[in-house]
Amino acid sequence: MSESSSPPWSSDSVGLVSPRTLHFDQPLELDCGRSLDAFDLIIETYGELNAARSNAVLICHALSGDHHAAGYHSATDRKPGWWESCVGPGKPIDTNRFFVVCLNNLGGCCGSTGPNQLRADNGKPWGPDFPIVTVRDWVRSQQRLMQALELPRWAAVIGGSLGGMQALQWSVDFPDLTRHVVAIAAAPRLSTQNIAFNEVARQAILTDPDFHDGRYAEHATVPSRGLMLARMLGHITYLSDNAMADKFGRDLISGNPQFSFEAEFQVESYLRYQGRSFIDRFDANTYLLMTKALDYFDPAREFGGDLASAFERTEAGFLLVAFTRDWRFSPERSRELMRALLQAGKSVSYACIDSPLGHDDFLVPVPDYLKVFGQYMHKVAEEAGA
Amino acid sequence: MKPEFSIISEWIEPGSRVLDLGCGDGTLLSMLQRERQVTGYGLDLDVGNIAACIAKGVDAIHTDVDNGLSEFNDQRFDYVVMTQALQVMQQPDQVLLDMLRVGRRGVVTFPNFAHWSLRLQLLMSGRMPRTRALPATWYNTQNIHLCTLKDFEALCQELNIRILERRVSDDQHRNGRSRRWLPNLSGQVGLYLLDKPR
Repeated sequence: MSESSSPPWSSDSVGLVSPRTLHFDQPLELDCGRSLDAFDLIIETYGELNAARSNAVLICHALSGDHHAAGYHSATDRKPGWWESCVGPGKPIDTNRFFVVCLNNLGGCCGSTGPNQLRADNGKPWGPDFPIVTVRDWVRSQQRLMQALELPRWAAVIGGSLGGMQALQWSVDFPDLTRHVVAIAAAPRLSTQNIAFNEVARQAILTDPDFHDGRYAEHATVPSRGLMLARMLGHITYLSDNAMADKFGRDLISGNPQFSFEAEFQVESYLRYQGRSFIDRFDANTYLLMTKALDYFDPAREFGGDLASAFERTEAGFLLVAFTRDWRFSPERSRELMRALLQAGKSVSYACIDSPLGHDDFLVPVPDYLKVFGQYMHKVAEEAGA
Repeated sequence: MKPEFSIISEWIEPGSRVLDLGCGDGTLLSMLQRERQVTGYGLDLDVGNIAACIAKGVDAIHTDVDNGLSEFNDQRFDYVVMTQALQVMQQPDQVLLDMLRVGRRGVVTFPNFAHWSLRLQLLMSGRMPRTRALPATWYNTQNIHLCTLKDFEALCQELNIRILERRVSDDQHRNGRSRRWLPNLSGQVGLYLLDKPR
């Protein structure tokens, strides 16, 4: 019997996709005072740009995300892109209607200019010499991308978590280029506790003997213990207490205590697995940069700490979505954003989705979430003539 | 379209800023946006209603009005509207005051518990009345603070709230002669336009 010829993905997937890299040769000034003379951005696009060029939406990725938001790179890929639940034909970000752009941010480790890429001037990896980039820097680089794609504006800028923060920053920095913002499980800035978690993650990496002040590539090694610990810590904050209890309980794998430090509880082996698999796909210097970008994010800062003033100039409509069990960026953080937008008199809708997982819910097809998100994107599409 | 809504629409000045408490699926606000060019937001507790509002082009906030309107500044809106929701509030008096803090004017509609059919049912059967407008049984109704037109007007007086307009109607929202003479007996629904002298 012959193998089935039907593709391994379902009809609501964008299917086979391939990334491409765009080169930018105009210097990019950064918030830290340094600049990049030239840079590359690796991107993926899904769907077709319409004749009026009005149906383009930008997806911004979160801490450990990349440009591969949906679809498969090959028929043998085990997993689709990271936001397969929301991007595809008939899904909230409907690729039958929108031209969807997703990139790997500067400082990333998946093909855009970042610590694991070679410098043009000396041919060595950037490593720790890559400048610390901010959400504003990313938005500025994304605006270059918009120009390169010859897009007049975004019908919507969309993201979850750190991705949502970029979407918010777009509306502040380029009010006339951002028609809508969808910020999911986001926050107006990190809490002190959020920063504290990031600091522990960074210390795990920085104090790993294999870190070599970030020049581990030159030493042909990887600070895998530190990166693993950082990822394990992150995963604790992505799930709610209840979700962890439901998923892993506290049953002993072997039935009885072994009085050892091996993984005895399921949650221990889960975290170890998550940590180990992260080492293969992520770069420690990038992890440091991403957490720093999170820590520095604070659009109200230039407006005397007043978030409503920060949103004063925006012309965008906003959808804010939070999840009841998210304790990393709790619903109260989305409400802070909502209050500021209400105070500024902006068009805003807000939904708090009752779901069990926690922060990770933004990646999961929770029905109420997809419904609210889908209705909003339908409105965006209608307005954009998509 | 509910006839109740067309009465409200008559009261709303074009171009106003409107907040709708317990906005449901956004029918009223979308009508006001169309007919009265208003801007504003709907507030609702049900996430399905939030999605329905968005589908109608109405900005909606997923929130529990019982937790107050502290997220809104004083006199932020021209009208704060609440249709058929006063009786489900934990503290209707506080909601009324909050409405007139946030808005210049308030619009409230509620079922009149003194309507003759309810009085008659209670008198004849000795049981909690049930009607088409109030179909739930006493033990599973959401209507925890039912009142009559007289009760409501007494509360307004107590809270120093001014009644600018009052309309009563039956369940088809006909506005007949008897309802003008004996509103508390003949009106099934009370509609009020309110403000609060500052």
